[in-house]
Formats: sequence, C-alpha cells, structure tokens
Amino acid sequence: MERKIVIPGTLLGKTDGGKQGRGTFREGDNIYSSRLGIVEERSGYINVIPLSGVYDPVVGDAIIGVVEEASKMSWMVDIGAPYPAMLRVEEVPWRVEFGETSRFLKTGDVIVANVLFINEAKNIDISMRDKHCRKVDEGIIVEIQPSKVPRVIGKSGSMVSLLREGTGCWIFIGQNGRIWIKGKDNQVATLVEAIKIIEKEAHRSGLTDRISKFLKSKSESD
Amino acid sequence: MDLIKDGKRLDGRAPDELRPIKIEAGPLYRADGSCYLEWGGNKVVAAVYGPKEALPRHIQDSTKAVVNARYNMASFSVEDRKRPGPDRRSQEISKITSEALENVILTEMFPRAMIDVCIEVLDAEAGTRCAGITAAAVALADAGIPMRDIPVACAAGKVDGVVVLDLVGEEDKKGDADLPVAIAPRNEDILLLQMDGHMTPSEFDEALDLALKGCRTVSKLQKEALLKKYKTFEEE
Amino acid sequence: MGISSVKRDYLYRLAKDGKRPDGRAFDEYRPIKIERGVINMAEGSAKVSIGNTTVLAGIKMDIGEPYPDTPEQGAMSTAVELIPLASPDFESGPPRANAIELSRVVDRGIRESKFIDLEKLCIESGEKVWIVFIDIHVLDYDGNLFDACSLAASAALLSAKVPNGRFEMGEDVPMPVGDPPISCTFVKYNGVIAVDPSLDEDEAAEARYTVAIDKNGDIRAMQKGLSGSFTVEEIKKNINTARVISKDIRKVLLED
Repeated sequence: MERKIVIPGTLLGKTDGGKQGRGTFREGDNIYSSRLGIVEERSGYINVIPLSGVYDPVVGDAIIGVVEEASKMSWMVDIGAPYPAMLRVEEVPWRVEFGETSRFLKTGDVIVANVLFINEAKNIDISMRDKHCRKVDEGIIVEIQPSKVPRVIGKSGSMVSLLREGTGCWIFIGQNGRIWIKGKDNQVATLVEAIKIIEKEAHRSGLTDRISKFLKSKSESD
Repeated sequence: MDLIKDGKRLDGRAPDELRPIKIEAGPLYRADGSCYLEWGGNKVVAAVYGPKEALPRHIQDSTKAVVNARYNMASFSVEDRKRPGPDRRSQEISKITSEALENVILTEMFPRAMIDVCIEVLDAEAGTRCAGITAAAVALADAGIPMRDIPVACAAGKVDGVVVLDLVGEEDKKGDADLPVAIAPRNEDILLLQMDGHMTPSEFDEALDLALKGCRTVSKLQKEALLKKYKTFEEE
Repeated sequence: MGISSVKRDYLYRLAKDGKRPDGRAFDEYRPIKIERGVINMAEGSAKVSIGNTTVLAGIKMDIGEPYPDTPEQGAMSTAVELIPLASPDFESGPPRANAIELSRVVDRGIRESKFIDLEKLCIESGEKVWIVFIDIHVLDYDGNLFDACSLAASAALLSAKVPNGRFEMGEDVPMPVGDPPISCTFVKYNGVIAVDPSLDEDEAAEARYTVAIDKNGDIRAMQKGLSGSFTVEEIKKNINTARVISKDIRKVLLED
C-alpha cells in the first residue's frame, strides 16, 4: 500500500486484507479512515497517521505536563490531552506526607512523566517513577502539534540528532508535543526556529536537508 | 417580477446550477481546525476547538463527547444591520447543526469531552446554514476530529413553479419552497432536512434529488480543499 | 487566562537580555496587511492582520434620531466582538469587560480625532440623522487587539459609502471622513516595555498603554489598562515612540 493522504470516510481496504489499526473504523467488511492523515500498513495493521489533532495519550508515552492543582494525595496535571491526568503520591520519586503535596509540586510547575494507565472512561494516570522523570527546573518548553512529533524525532532519531549537533542544545521531546530545551540563548533561539520550520513543513519531503542547511547558515552567521 | 425567464434565473443560472464555491482549509492560526468558504455571495468562516475537557461539568456526558456548534451572523453580514448576539433563528440553526455533525463524529472516543464548532457568517446571501455546515465539516477534518464521513449540505427549492437548486436571496424571499439538506456523502444518510413552503410529493422528490446532486458536487470541493493543504507532500 | 510559568520565565529571561521571543526590537511592529471592501453586504469593510492577529470590521448605516444634545450631528456606535472562533479563551455570550473596553477605546480614538465628519451626516436637524455602526469581529487572536481593531475600523471607514440609494435618498456617496487616528499599544513586563505585543506578551503583560495619534503627531485618546503601573517618563517615551511608528502605519493605511 502506497503512502497517500486520506480523509475521514476514505475506504482503505477489507477486513480480510488487513487488521483495523489506529485512525480507522470498521463498517461491515470494510475498513475506513476516520482521520485526515497518511495511510500506512505495519505488521498487518492498516493505520492512518493523523496530520493534525489533539494529543491522544498512549500508555508508555513520555510527556511533559503542567501541574494544575495539588490535592491531599495527588496532583492534577495538564498534559495537553482532552482530559487532565492524575499523578498520585505513590507514583513520584519522593516521600510525600498526607497533605504535603504542594511542598513538592505546586500549580504551574512543569514535569516530565510517563503515561501509566488509561481506563475506559479515559481517566489518565501518569507516573514519575522512571529515571528520566523530573521537575523541569531550567530551560524552556516549546509546544508543537503532537502529530508533528515524529517529524521532529525523525527516522531512528535522525532529525533530533541533527538538531542536537547543529545547535549544541539539550533536547527532550514529549510525545504530547511539548519539547524541553536547554542551552545558550542564541542556540535556543535557533533551535526554536528550526522546530517551528519542521512543524510547518512536516508533510514535505527533503525536510532533513532543509533543516541541515538552515542550522549551518545560522552557525556561520554567529 | 418573474423569478425565472426563458429558463434562466435572476442571476443567469440554469435551474440545476450551483453558485460558484471556493473552500480553503486551515486559514486560522489559533484554532485547532478551520475553514473559510465562499458560496455565491456568502462568506463563512468556521473554527473548531477540541476535543477538550467539557466544562462546566454539568454538560459532560460520561459516554461520549458533547458537540457544541454555534452558528452566528455578523452584524454587518446582512442588509439591515443585525443586533449582535444570538437570535432565535441562530439558536435553532446552532442546534440542528450540532445534531448533524454529531452523527458522523466518533464521539464515543472522547467521553466527558467537548468539541466546540464556531460558524461565523461574515457576508450573507441565502443558504448560510448549508454553507455553515459545509465549512464546519472541513474545519472538523482539519482539526483531526475522528469522523465516519465529511458532512456536506446544499439547498434546493421551488421558484415560479420550477424546482431549482441553490436558492439565492430573492428566490428565497419570494419563492414557493426552500429545502436545505445535509448528508453524510458516503451512504447519503440524511443528517439535516428542513422545508418550508408548499410542494407536492413529486416536487419534493425532484427537489431532494437536485439537492443531493448539489451535495455531491460540493463534497468533491471539500475533499479537494483538504488535500490541497497538504498537497506538497505528493511532490516527492 | 494566564500564561504558564515556563512561558513567563522564558519571556522574562529574554527581556533581561533585551530580546523578544519573536526576535523583534522593543519598538518594532509586526507586518501589517490591510484588505478593504471584503464584505458585500456592509457599507464599508476591512480585514486587517498584524502578524497572525486578524480582525474584520464592517460598517453598517441606518437612519435614526440624533442625540438631544447634538441635534445637528450623526451618531456612531462601536462594538468589538471577541468571538469564540478567534481563541480558545473567548466564550460566547454578551460582551464582557474586555470587549467593552476595546470597543470604547477604539470608539474614542475615532470620535476624538473627528475622523467621521458627523455634521455631514445630518439629514434633518433634530429629527433625522445617519447612524454609523462600526462592528469589529476578531477572527484570530495573537496579541494586540487594540491596534488591530482600531486599524480595521479606520480602514473600513475610509472606503465606506453612505447608502443613500438603499434608503431612496439619491445616489450613494463616500462616507465623509477626515484623517484617521492611528492607535499604538505598548505592554510592560519584567521592567521592559514592548510595542505591538504578541500573544505571549499580551498574556504576561502587567500594564498596558494605548495612545491614538493624529496626522500632526498630536494626541487624541489614551488608555492605560491592567493593574501594573507606568512611570511618567515611560509614558512620555511611549508617546514619542508612538508618534514615530504611527507615521509608518498611516502610510500603510492610506495607500491604495
């Protein structure tokens, strides 16, 4: 199956030709796209990779969240999904006494966490137990459309490596479209610009070359 | 005044001819999805925000997303300035628009969430509710809202005893009947249907058939608009 | 709606280094685009973009009674609608204080510069006058609505006509207008003052200052907003910056 753009309602195939993957729905024996996106086949599944849309959390995703509220035994965190996520005291690397939550994380704090659990009612639980999870203490957060995250990472990390080498910045990419950057001011500014270019031209080919040229021209003029 | 003379309508169109239509996907910066549409003298802009948490909480549905479409006409969009704010007509159109769109959106994927659809008529020339739904549908696809199909709408009517497609101002005011129709184009499921005026059952059949033909044409334009936004991907 | 702490920290850090997030100088304006006559049904209209902020102004006219204290003058009324289309933070419903302040500030700029020659809009002294309705719809909010709305209103009025034809009073004539006011808005955050705030700067702003300048560089209207404060020197500096910037904006507004 070629990589082509489909829209909601495009017929992708029959159920005897492939399994129904993400971004699709089934009517009888037919599999249709439910999204505006690129159709791709992987391991027998027919998927549609969306070109736009809000963050749709998947268990295991590393994300960057903003604490909305500290309750007695948990925090509500905005992860850019249609629902706030809950971070319980059992899921943080610190020992938090009852009612002491705001001593560790307060409203407005930014954290790196993982999506732990999503139930049928779409209640989301996140966790900070993994090694890379922490509070964001310095640097900046750039927000892009979550559907463009794969482009910023690139095939086998090729794009993000290019960005790191080309700017000397430290980069952490959250699956929810939030990117944490640390570095010198002018390098950070260049990186932010590069990321915005990738976001705008994510669907075009030759992007890696364009970014490579852009980063070279910036470092030469510095 | 004759509304039809020598087989031609006031604006020179044949009875089964649509007004010129132009559709642009994603023109707005802030909205999650958007569409700008010109249909004859109509100018409509639609924007979608969501899915997002449904607030205030009492409007939440624990099983699916709430679709909240708001149709509004700008004060300067009509000949006699309209006072800002929703009037009863706008509220009715908002409701039936929400219901039409809800049918195709996979709302069960987002319980307790809401999807806001804002339709703003900037310049009006009859057929604004059809233009509004057509634009909203493109904005929803642009926003990445999962849907079973992309709804489209078109109106037919009766003027001087003749069944015609896509009524324009005078025809709407002085005609014999007006029939706006919205469908999910894949199966041609009827999502919105209103009629006022006077038609025999066979005139209705003829008018509905004509409206569906119009819908099919406009549906192609919606698809082109969405693909055009990303067409450079194909330039490989 | 507040700005997240991380965005605010970034903004403040840049400000300390004398920089703005989009790389502009503190007295630099974003590119302005003006399109006139975009709405057929309106007597005058204009779509204005400042950066990504886009607003649409429409002029409608009607005949009514003059105000009792100005029997020889037409009337004007300005309304800005912050429609939910333009931002996830705008809610539908009657205009709230933000929209009302915007409407009144734009109105004052036009009224005090005598941009519309209201005396020419008198039909019958004490009985019948033209009423000019200026309705501004915000379509895309990315900062600086005060200037965008004022510019759109001015552009719409410059190309508007008095619809005599529709009211069976003869031929349409151009709206009687003089020289437009040019509005210039500044925000203050973390000790710096920036002109033409972008969205983040608008949301982080502690204080805001708008001034309307006429073609001679004189002041016609002013508004200070939000709960922060300006020093007298800061206000005077703003006025000087506005007098320079408004010349360029006026050129863009008046070119065909």
